[in-house]
Amino acid sequence: MNIYVLLKQVPGTSDVKMDEETGTMIRTEHKNVINPLDENALAEAIRLRDVMPEAKVTAISMGPPHAQKALREAIALGADEAVLLSHRGFGGSDTLATSKALAKALVTLAGGKLGKNDLVLCGERATDGETGQVGPMVSAILDVPVVTYVRKIDCENHAIVAERVVEEGLELIKASLPAVVTVIKDINQPGFPTLSGKLKAKSREIPVITPLDLGLSSDDVGLQGSPTRVVKVFRPRLSRDTIMCRQDSAGTAVDNLISFLEERGVV
Amino acid sequence: MYRGVMIIGEQRGGELHPVTYELLARGRALADKLSEELSCVVLGHDMERFAEGIIQRGADVVYIVDNPLLRNFLPRPYTSVLTRLAKEVKPEIVLAAATTQGRTIMPLVAAKLDTGLTADCTGLDIDPLDRSLLQTRPAIGGNVMATIKTPASRPQMATVRPKSTKPLSADKARSGRVVLKSYEKDMFTTCEELVRFVKDATQDVNVQDADIVVSGGKGLKTRDNFCMIEELASLFGAAVGATRDVVDLGWVGYPHQIGLSGKTVSPKLYIALGLSGSVQHLAGMQTSETIVAINKDPDAQIFKVADFGIVGDLFDVVPELIEKLKERKNGKLRREG
Ligand SMILES: Cc1cc2nc3c(=O)[nH]c(=O)nc-3n(C[C@H](O)[C@H](O)[C@H](O)COP(=O)(O)OP(=O)(O)OC[C@H]3O[C@@H](n4cnc5c(N)ncnc54)[C@H](O)[C@@H]3O)c2cc1C
Ligand SMILES: Cc1cc2nc3c(=O)[nH]c(=O)nc-3n(C[C@H](O)[C@H](O)[C@H](O)COP(=O)(O)OP(=O)(O)OC[C@H]3O[C@@H](n4cnc5c(N)ncnc54)[C@H](O)[C@@H]3O)c2cc1C
Repeated sequence: MNIYVLLKQVPGTSDVKMDEETGTMIRTEHKNVINPLDENALAEAIRLRDVMPEAKVTAISMGPPHAQKALREAIALGADEAVLLSHRGFGGSDTLATSKALAKALVTLAGGKLGKNDLVLCGERATDGETGQVGPMVSAILDVPVVTYVRKIDCENHAIVAERVVEEGLELIKASLPAVVTVIKDINQPGFPTLSGKLKAKSREIPVITPLDLGLSSDDVGLQGSPTRVVKVFRPRLSRDTIMCRQDSAGTAVDNLISFLEERGVV
Repeated sequence: MYRGVMIIGEQRGGELHPVTYELLARGRALADKLSEELSCVVLGHDMERFAEGIIQRGADVVYIVDNPLLRNFLPRPYTSVLTRLAKEVKPEIVLAAATTQGRTIMPLVAAKLDTGLTADCTGLDIDPLDRSLLQTRPAIGGNVMATIKTPASRPQMATVRPKSTKPLSADKARSGRVVLKSYEKDMFTTCEELVRFVKDATQDVNVQDADIVVSGGKGLKTRDNFCMIEELASLFGAAVGATRDVVDLGWVGYPHQIGLSGKTVSPKLYIALGLSGSVQHLAGMQTSETIVAINKDPDAQIFKVADFGIVGDLFDVVPELIEKLKERKNGKLRREG
C-alpha cells in the first residue's frame, strides 16, 4: 500500500503580502509552515502505515525551492519519502493547474497508475488560498473516488470506510481504492518529530521534479495552464454610520439601544 | 456558444435546501445583466414537486434529473450527470453553494470540463466591458479580498458563500419551463456508497437560520459569565454565537463559531458582546442587517461595522439590558392580558 500525502507550505502567520499588480502572494522564506490540515493528513497516513504491512508514506509538495523545508519536516514527522515539484514553470498555478501537476506526479510516482490499495490524503483546505478545491480536482483528473471533510478513516481490503462531516450530521461512506480523501481537524492530533526522524530528514535527498520530468508542457501548468486570473486584490472595506453611546449610571445607553431596536422593528 | 446562467440546486435528504433560493437570487441578477436565461438543475428522486417554487423565485428553466440512485449526494454520479448536462446546455456561468456538497461537486465538474472555478464567493458581478463574470472572494484568513476572472475557459464556475445574499420572494406570476432529463444507466454507476447517515444533534444549533444572533467573546472572561449571553439570547429568541477563542476555551461547541473558520451568518440583528471584531470574525457576520456592539474599548474594530455601539463594561450593561427587556416583556404581557 502506498499512501501519498499532498502537502502545501503556507505562510505561518497572517502577515501575508500580496503583489497587487499580479495578484499573487509574496512569500518570504522564513516563517513558512506545513499547512495545518496537511499535518493532520500526514499524521493519519503515518497511523495507517503503522498498522498496514509494507505500507509506505510519500509526501508530495509543489512550491518554490524552499518548500523542501516543509518536506524535510514531513520526514522528521515520519514520512518515508518526499518529492518536491519545483520550477518557474509551475509558478502562478491556480487550483486546476496545481491539481494537474500533482495528479501527474502521483501517476508518475506510482509507475503509471495508482495501485489497488493506494490512498491519497490531503487537507480539506489550505490556510492561504483556502479554496479546498485541490483534493477533489486531483481525484477527478485521476478518475478515482473522493471523500471530503473526513474525520475518521478505516482501511479494508481495496476499500476505505470514512466518516464525513456535513452540515446536518455524519455520513459513513465506503469508497473503493485507490481514492483521494480530504481531512478536517477532528481526525487526529498531529504528532511531533522524532529524533531518528530528524536525523533522517537531515541526510535525505529530496528529488526535485520539473514539468518536463512529468511530460507537462507550459500550456498545462503555471499561469498559462490556469483558467482563473486574480484581477484585483484589496482590503475588505467595512463601515456603517454608527450611533455611539457611552454607558452611564442613569442607564440612558441601554434605553437608547432599546428604542433603536424598536425603531428598526427587531424587538 | 456558451449562453445563460445555470445554478445547481441543493438537495438534502429529498428536500430542496433553501440555499438554492439564494443562488437563484444571485443567478437572476447576473442573467438580467446579460439579458440571458437562468436555469436551475435539481438532481435527486421525486424532486419535480419543487420545480414551480424554483420558477417563482427566479428560474426560467428547471432541469430535473430524476433517479433513485441520485437520492443521496454521491460525488461520482453527480459529477457524471452535471458534467454531461453542462456540455449539453453550455451555460456561460455555473454557480453552486459553498456547502460541503457544492464545495465537493464543483471542483470535480470543473476539472472534468477543464475550466476554472472560484471558491466561496461573496460578490458576483458582470464586467460591463467584456460580459465576463467578476468573482470576488475573501482569502488568507479574511485579510484580503480577491476578484477573479476566468478569461478564456467556459463555463465560468463559482461556489457562493451561503447567507451572503437574500432570496427573492416568490412571484406566483412568473412562468418557466420544466425539462425532465433522463440518462442511460451507466451515468449513475458509483464507486462510493453511503452506508449510513447519522444526524448530529449538536449540529442543530442553526445559527445560520436565526433572525437574531447574540454572540459573546473572550471579554466574558469565564464559562459561567457566558450564561449571560445565553440568557440574553433566550430573551430575544435568538441563537447563541461565539468567537473562535471562546470555542477553543470550550465555553460552547464549534457549531456556534461565527467567522471565517466557522459559520457565516446574516441575521436581521447581530449583537456582539465582549468581542474585538477580528477580520476573521467580521468575515462571518458583517453582512448582518443590523449590528449592535458592546465593548469597553472605544477603539475596538467591532464598532467599525456596528450600527449601534455602547462603550462600557458588559458586566454592567448586559444585566441592565436583560432587566429592561424582561420589564418590557412583562409590561407587554400585562397590557395584553
Ligand atoms: C487571494 C487568492 C485567491 C485565490 N482564489 C482561487 C480560486 O478561487 N480558484 C483557483 O482556482 N485558484 C485560486 N487561487 C490560487 C490557489 O490558491 C493556488 O492554486 C494554490 O496552489 C491552491 O491553493 P489552495 O490554498 O486553494 O489549496 P486548497 O485546495 O485549499 O488545498 C487543499 C489541499 O490540497 C493540497 N494542496 C494544495 N496545494 C498544494 C500544493 N501546492 N502542493 C501540495 N499539495 C497541495 C493540500 O493537501 C491542501 O491541504 C487563489 C490565490 C490567491 C492568492
Ligand atoms: C486562520 C484563522 C481563522 C480564524 N477563524 C476565526 C473564526 O472563524 N471566528 C473567530 O471569531 N475568530 C477566528 N479567528 C481568531 C481571530 O483572529 C481572533 O483571535 C478572535 O476572533 C478573537 O476573539 P475575541 O474577540 O473573543 O477575543 P479578543 O480579541 O481577545 O477580544 C475580547 C474583547 O472583549 C473586550 N472586553 C474585555 N472585557 C470586557 C468587558 N468587561 N466589557 C466589555 N468588553 C470587554 C475587549 O475590549 C476586547 O475587544 C481566526 C484566526 C485565524 C488566524
